[in-house]
Amino acid sequence: MPVIAFRQALKDAMDEEMARDENVILIGEEVAQYNGAYKVSQGLLDKYGPERVIDTPITEEGFTGVGIGAALVGLRPIVEWMTLNFSAQAFDQVLNNAAKMQHMSGGQLRVPVVFRGPNGPAEFLSSQHSQSFQAFYSHIPGIKVVAPSTPYDAKGMLKSAIRDDNPVVFLESELMYAWKGEVPEEEYLVPLGKAEIRRAGEEVTLISFSKPMQMVLEAAQALEKEGYSAEVIDLRSLRPLDEQAVYESVRKSNRCVVIDNDWPVAGFASYLGWLISRNCFDSLDAPVELVTMEDVPTPYNHAMELAMQPSVEKVMNAAKRVMYVTQ
Amino acid sequence: MAEQVLMLALSPTMEVGTIVKWHKKEGDTVAQSDVICEVETDKATMEYESVNEGTLLKILVPEGGQAKIGDPIAVVGESGEDISSLVEAAEQKVESAAAAAGAKPPATEPPADVKPSMAEPAKAAEREEKPAVTGAKPPAAPQPADGIPALAGGLKASPLARKMAGEQGINLRTLRGSGPGGRIVKRDIEKALRQVASYGAAAAVGVTGPAIAGTPAVAGPTASGRDEQIPVSGKRKIIAQRLSESMYSAPHYYLRIDVDAGPMMTARSRLNARLPREAGGKVSPNAFLIKFVAESLKNYPSVNASWQGDTILQFGKIDVALAVAQEDGLITPVVRDCGSKGIVQIDRELKILIDKALTNKLAPEEYSGATFTVSSLGPSGILEFTAIINPPGSAILAVGRIHKVPVVEDDGSIGVRSQMMLTLSCDHRVIDGAVGAAFLSDLKAMIEYPIDHLY
Amino acid sequence: MGKGKTSSSAGASAKKAASKTPAASEKSFRIELLRQMLLIRRVEEKSAQMYGLRKIGGFCHLYIGQEAVAVGAVAALDLKQDYVLTAYRDHGHALTCGMDPNALMAELYGKATGCSRGKGGSMHLFDVEKHMLGGNGIVGAHIPIATGVALKIKYKKENGVVLCFFGDGAIHQGSFHESLNLAKIWNLPIVYICENNHYGMGTDFRRVSSVTDFSKMGISYDIPGSQMDGMDVLKVYEAVKEAVERVRKEHHPRFIEAVTYRYKGHSMSDPATYRTKEELKEYKNQDPILILKTKLIDSKQISNEEFDKIDAECKQISNDAAQFAEDSPQPAVETLYEDVVV
Repeated sequence: MPVIAFRQALKDAMDEEMARDENVILIGEEVAQYNGAYKVSQGLLDKYGPERVIDTPITEEGFTGVGIGAALVGLRPIVEWMTLNFSAQAFDQVLNNAAKMQHMSGGQLRVPVVFRGPNGPAEFLSSQHSQSFQAFYSHIPGIKVVAPSTPYDAKGMLKSAIRDDNPVVFLESELMYAWKGEVPEEEYLVPLGKAEIRRAGEEVTLISFSKPMQMVLEAAQALEKEGYSAEVIDLRSLRPLDEQAVYESVRKSNRCVVIDNDWPVAGFASYLGWLISRNCFDSLDAPVELVTMEDVPTPYNHAMELAMQPSVEKVMNAAKRVMYVTQ
Repeated sequence: MAEQVLMLALSPTMEVGTIVKWHKKEGDTVAQSDVICEVETDKATMEYESVNEGTLLKILVPEGGQAKIGDPIAVVGESGEDISSLVEAAEQKVESAAAAAGAKPPATEPPADVKPSMAEPAKAAEREEKPAVTGAKPPAAPQPADGIPALAGGLKASPLARKMAGEQGINLRTLRGSGPGGRIVKRDIEKALRQVASYGAAAAVGVTGPAIAGTPAVAGPTASGRDEQIPVSGKRKIIAQRLSESMYSAPHYYLRIDVDAGPMMTARSRLNARLPREAGGKVSPNAFLIKFVAESLKNYPSVNASWQGDTILQFGKIDVALAVAQEDGLITPVVRDCGSKGIVQIDRELKILIDKALTNKLAPEEYSGATFTVSSLGPSGILEFTAIINPPGSAILAVGRIHKVPVVEDDGSIGVRSQMMLTLSCDHRVIDGAVGAAFLSDLKAMIEYPIDHLY
Repeated sequence: MGKGKTSSSAGASAKKAASKTPAASEKSFRIELLRQMLLIRRVEEKSAQMYGLRKIGGFCHLYIGQEAVAVGAVAALDLKQDYVLTAYRDHGHALTCGMDPNALMAELYGKATGCSRGKGGSMHLFDVEKHMLGGNGIVGAHIPIATGVALKIKYKKENGVVLCFFGDGAIHQGSFHESLNLAKIWNLPIVYICENNHYGMGTDFRRVSSVTDFSKMGISYDIPGSQMDGMDVLKVYEAVKEAVERVRKEHHPRFIEAVTYRYKGHSMSDPATYRTKEELKEYKNQDPILILKTKLIDSKQISNEEFDKIDAECKQISNDAAQFAEDSPQPAVETLYEDVVV
């Protein structure tokens, strides 16, 4: 089976969907002639032309609204945000238009648009360019929010997102674009709303999504070396959330750590932590532990930047806390 | 067509309006948006712009008059139209409104000492496991099953540990938690379950021997070195017969548990220091143990019972015997109704009984019919032993000596405890392993933290 | 052109089928315009009254005084291929696009029979079948949306044009400027119409605008702009018709400022103390309905009796709509969960 990079998987997804459905267009900054700020859309302009792969000025609110408007009347736009940080300028369009058009029109309108881009910190970029947006978007009823962590899921889920008639916020990560993984040549889809067990285990459940996944798997391996069996769940989808997969695992292991590369206050992890506490109460031998960013803006200094994010050590410590292993 | 002009809401919060001034009089032409009157609302005086067109045929509410939102205040139509029905309808409405208003006493300020009522906090909608996403009505949340009795005394246990303890019949108060802050967690329950199983197993292959209390009379080897047949006294015959019977009819199993005797001994010292000198001597440890046993039997009455073949006789009272060694045998004087007596009283009665036992003055009713027996070889230096059940009871507690042992504290340091081993023999026809274990655990907790049982 | 449900006007639909857009001088066409404006006027007055009786809650932004803009402009469209988007002062646009007044009033009442099934309310009227795409509560937020609709037309090589209406309060929003730039660089078939009714809520536009001649607002983006008298429906019609025809042919966006006036406050809760009575009175003399009526009477294209008859019909439609809304059921609570991610 071919092994390709995450960014290529995304590109292939868009390519296949654009070939399949002429209503699919890509719109964003540098997506066409520059071949993508992170080279995700490499080659698409050459293949599909400037009418379908559209460079925009730096005008997030404007082109996000344009994507939504086009979606209302039959196109299926993919709106690329160069980073999720810049989507803040377009937030009103997602919150008040994309998420609400179907509802406000009593079902007359659908909004089949995909908003995608790299989310969360990369490296050395300081606070304004290093934010995570899963909490802000997951909060909104009326949209879907997904976050794949492997090339296989990236391709399968982006294809599903493009075919989905609902607005989808598709969270990637700059540091994942180079990750490699097996991706079949034949066409396949990965449904939105399903989690995946990455590693089976008995004693503690580790739950995460997106870029932290690799780090969490490393932590699980390190725990195994010390004699502890950890189960690792990749949520893949935040809205809708695969709650049953989570509860099944926690009811088996009786302990749980949620890892979210985002600030702690009212973050996605806190909602998931509450859900688990409430629905797995009698199965819990320890409170649910959350491993998140520190409650500070991300600094430029690299050591500090790493220190304020989840790490293998932090995950292992949290796992040991819920297993009552004295350290 | 003539239409009623209705009082409109000219402020978002007004309920009634007062007509301050009419800008039109009856007979005037009224066009859309003409100001026909001024209305005083709760906020300010507002202009009322007409929504009707035509001639103002009748003013229903004069200047100074009040009208509620939706009440008619005038009639607009074409000059000469018959509007009597409209006017009548309006007047009726106004009359009934006035009557209603007149009937009610005017709203008064609540008395100063009455707290203003707070708005009922909106009940959060009960949620099922996940928020309803389909069109179904949000159903009532299922109540989590809670078979665990409410724990007293600030005991900490994880929800899972509680559930497991409830299922296994383990009294959480008998456990020390290994989690943070003494939280009882899953492994503590698992450990307790293993211990019960292993003690049961160990006791099954344990060495049993006759229960002897006090210093036994030992027959030494004869001076000549030849065997000698010693005649059996009546008492010895009875002991032999009864203990054999007990041993071979009641399937015995044995549970052992270590008890921190420190608190008990400390309490005893304090008690004895307090007692007046002439009151009857120091209270013995046995009296404490008997009382603790009685209290635990209250929690586990099925241990205070007797196999009758077709039935199990559940004793109504707790009568505890103490095995007492005599010169030529042993006897079991019984303190009656220990559940109702305090430690001091038990001790005083016991002393009298023991005195009688050592002088062979016990009456039959004073040494038979015990529902439970305690046997102690601690003074002889024995660490632990197993005893044979004394009928009609179904259990006997063998008490070993109190000795100091090193223990590992929660924080890893080494401490010292006064440890006492208890071994409980149970008749398996009446008392199952889990029950016996739970009773013994309860007894341990009773001895170690008696005050817990007062909550 | 759309019309109310209960009155029939076979002339209008025949007209639509026949030619592209009629001449402004045609009698039946003018009468139709008059009827449209009267319908809006009466429905709006009814809405105001019902709001005062607490049948309608929240915000209610009345179009009274501005009828000529929506009616004149939409008359220049072919709603089979063209689209209309506007902001929250949308009752007039909805009606003139052909929304059933019953469905409109029921939506204002929040009933299940409303155009948005009670989910939208006054600011969020939609009739997708008639290409009326709302109705939007966030000032200026629909302008990029309208621009996106125009993108689709261009992408699909269709022949339609988008009319994007907004007020003087929206023209300084970033979304407006971003949209104009995008429309220009992509050559989108859209006419941006600013209904300048002089007040952004309570603020006179002259206080907050660096440029008060809005027809110049397109200059930064090389978009041709013009100004039109928004109180005269025939002038509106001519101006928009010309713009639409050019846009349809040339695929360049255009901008029109419609100078108009609203007789009521910004919304029902606005006592409008920021303008003088004299000013209001003066504008009432420019009542668009009055202006057209006068023209028709003077050119003997209509009589007073005929006018009154049309007016009475419109009143009846409004009353019927209110009754329909009153009699309609509330939406079932379970529908809360409908029309959200499916």
